[in-house]
Formats: sequence, C-alpha cells, structure tokens
Amino acid sequence: MMRGWMAVYFREMLILRRRLSRLMIAWAVSPLLYLVAFGYAMGKNVVIQEHSYLEFLIPGLVAMASMTQAFAIGSEINIARFYWHIFEEFQTAPISNAAYVLGEVLAGMTRALLASGLILILGIPFGVLLSYNLFFWLALVLNSLVFASLAVAVAMLIQSHADQALLNSLIITPMAFLGGTFFPLDHLPWWAQKILYLLPLTHAAQAVRASAFGAQPNVVDYLILATIAGLAFLLAILTVNRARD
Amino acid sequence: MIEIVDLVKEYKTTKALRGIDLVVNSGELFAYLGPNGAGKTTTIRILTGLTRITVGRARLNGHDVAKESLAAKQQYGLVPQHINLDSDLTVFENLLVHGCLHHMPRRSAKQRIDHLLSYIDLSEKRDTLVKHLSGGMKRRVLIARALMHAPKILFLDEPSVGLDANIRRRIWALIKKIQQEGVTIFLTTHYIEEAEFLADRVAFLDQGRIVALDTPQNLMAGIGSWAMDQLVADNMHTLYFHSQEDAKHYAAGLKNGFAIRRVNLEDAFLSLTGKKVI
Repeated sequence: MMRGWMAVYFREMLILRRRLSRLMIAWAVSPLLYLVAFGYAMGKNVVIQEHSYLEFLIPGLVAMASMTQAFAIGSEINIARFYWHIFEEFQTAPISNAAYVLGEVLAGMTRALLASGLILILGIPFGVLLSYNLFFWLALVLNSLVFASLAVAVAMLIQSHADQALLNSLIITPMAFLGGTFFPLDHLPWWAQKILYLLPLTHAAQAVRASAFGAQPNVVDYLILATIAGLAFLLAILTVNRARD
Repeated sequence: MIEIVDLVKEYKTTKALRGIDLVVNSGELFAYLGPNGAGKTTTIRILTGLTRITVGRARLNGHDVAKESLAAKQQYGLVPQHINLDSDLTVFENLLVHGCLHHMPRRSAKQRIDHLLSYIDLSEKRDTLVKHLSGGMKRRVLIARALMHAPKILFLDEPSVGLDANIRRRIWALIKKIQQEGVTIFLTTHYIEEAEFLADRVAFLDQGRIVALDTPQNLMAGIGSWAMDQLVADNMHTLYFHSQEDAKHYAAGLKNGFAIRRVNLEDAFLSLTGKKVI
C-alpha cells in the first residue's frame, strides 16, 4: 500500500501545474524585494566573508525559500482538510499513513526546489553566479525534507486555519530572519549563536552558502539536517491518525 | 455485507451512538433515517474509517474497519454529504486521482472514467474544471468517483441534499441503477420520500439509537394506512386510520382545518419518537 504515495504526489502536481504561473510570481516577489533593498541598495559596498553582500545573501534566500515553500504544503493540506474536505478522500483510500506523508512531503519538496531555483535565476541579472554543485542541492533537499515533514505533522495536529497562521508567525518568520539568512551568525553574542545553532535553517544556510562559495561543506550540518528530517518524517507519520476524530 | 455490533461513539461531552446493532445484506439498499444530530453521519464516518470507534465493532464484507482498515477501505466507495472534489482539477483528473489512490492501472482507470461519465451522463464535461459544474453535476461526479474502483459497498451520505426536485429524481434513478448491478447501498437521508422510494429496508435513528428497523411498507403499516392532519389551536395533530373511509367518517364531524392523506414514513417516525425528521 506504500505505492499510494504516487497518487498523493500526482494530485499535488496536477494542482501545482494549474497554479504554477501564479505561484511563481508569488515566489519571486519577496526575494526580489530583498535582493533590491538589502542586497543591491543597502549592501552595495558591504563585503562579508570575502564576498559581496549580494553573493552572501542569495544562498541565504535560497535556504529560506526552501524552508518557507516546503512548509507551505502545510497550508495546502490545512485548506484541503478544513475547507474543501478533500483530506477525507485520502483518509478513505486504501493507502498507508506513510504513503500519504511521503506523497505530501515530496510535493512540498518539489515546491521548495522550484522556488529555490527561481531565486538562482533572479540572481543572474544582479550578476551573481555561484557554484550550484551537488552539495548545494543536497543541502536544499535535506532542508526542504525537514520543513515539508514538519508541515505535514503540524497540519495533522492543528485544529483550525488560525492555528496554522499562528505557527507561521511564531516559528517560520523568526527562523527566516535569524537562521543565518541575512547576516553571519558570528555578528551575534555567543549565547544567541548557541540558540540559533539549534535551528535547522541555520545549518541549511551554512551548508548552502559554503557549497555555493565552492568551500568544503561541513559534514555536521548535513548530518544534523538528515537527523532532524528523519525524526520529522517519523513524527508526520505518527500524527496522521490524530487527524481522525 | 455490513455488520455493526454494539457500536458506541462518545465524544468529550456527547454520546453520538449508544449501541447500534445492524446487518445490511449484500445487494440491499438500506436507508438510515433520522433528524440532524441523530448519529447518521457518525455511523458512516465510523464505517469508512474517518472516525474512531469507542466501543463495539463494524465489518465490511468480513473486514473489521478498525483492525483491517486498508482491506475494509477497498470494499466501499463513499459519497460524502459535502462536495469534496478538487475544484481546480477537471472531472477527468478528479476521477483519475481517485483511481490512482485505489491502485488502478492508468489504462484501466481511463477506460473506467469514460464508462462512468457515460453512465452518469456527463461525458461532455470530461475536461471541464469542477468549479464550472452545477451542484447536481458535482453530485453525479461524486457518485462516479465513489464507483471508480468498482466497490461492492456504496455509502451515500445525504446524496441529494440541496438539490431541486428534478435533479433529486435523477440522482435516485442513478442510485437504483447502481443497486441493480449488485452493489450494497447504505444511504443516510432526512428526505422521507427518498427513503420510501429507494430503500429495501429502513432504520429509524434517534439520539444515537435505532428505534425501528423494517421495510418501509411494514413501518408504515404499523400505524395504519391513512392519516388525518388536524389543526387544533395552531397545533397540528395527526390521527391514523386503517382505511380512508374510517378517516372520512371521523372527519365528517369537523368543519375545516383538516386534510386526509396516505401515511408516510414521517408518520411512522413521528409516532415512534414523537418528533419529525428534519
């Protein structure tokens, strides 16, 4: 019954295909504003870690986009569950919880990787071309796996749309700004650094940035992301039954 | 076959089902009739695995819905009360996704879709987005979706709610046609005429209990064949008679404010529970 994941993923891709042009515009707006305002206008003469601020910013934005778009699958599930009741179609299908979670997580990861790729394209007119190698994409895959899995778990546990919005405001937005996206963490006091190293996005931003700069990536970042991803995926599977009343 | 034994469902503050025992035979069209909040939808949600059982057990064609949930889910198709189609997908895509969820090979799913769209008379809407269909068409697509994987049991939860009389009749004809093909149908409704027209047997449900279970004819015969509604001080009183002559004889002494009519299932429900099916 594990093969049911393909049906779940197929449905999400049909919807994604139909909405892709609108979604791409939505995915492009915020990064473009960050690039223009912070990267180009404010950070024109700023150099961080021997790179222009734009070069520093783009890997951070890519890591952030992979997080926010992977987590956004939770909102889609939320709407399907509470508003359209389409979630019942999955609950009544002869597929396992793991198959359902895998299909939704892969859909979230697909959105995340498309949104990340879009930012790399947006960087080209600003003259930013970095090293988009295997380690770069591996970090993005792991980061999107972490947040898509967490999104599915959260979507199963919450009881309303309002809960979803609250979680976005309390968890995702602070992480987006503090997880090494816009500035190096060594600019912060040691205790703040300790706290921020607990966030998966911090490790994703470090891994993405290091590989984009052609440096040797830190294996620890990948191991931490892989461990959190595994735990989050397991949590998502365990929470599916909680959505039944 | 559907078997329900001593089924109880408790929520934090309410008892939705208080010990249901029921067997629905293969090929039977069974109606579950009761007012809002009686426990109709809760029963369907338990049988389809959407809601957990508190006490008791339920089996679909021998498969326990709690212990063998995946096997039980292969037995049935569900037409829910609310329209839960993907409105951004076409009719074809909605049915195809359902086929994939039920592990149908792509080619046979496509053949089945063409067959079902012709069956529900919506072939020309195959590539139309669901959001552009009328309410009646969406209901028919829901039925087609439930039949995609050729289930042996079909659950219909208020299948004609909100539809006008013409479209409702069309849905009824479709349901009859499905039963003639050997599908066991479990129907919840609060439309009296729907249960009367369609069902082989009817269960009256009130406050989480089955208060009567029989053929529509037997349930109605239990109270008489004719009814007289009489308006007394702004309240409607109904009296039952075994023949039209008896009713007319009783009414002979009345001036106006009465009507004589045939007994229906609503009367049987009213006489058993003291309330109307609303």
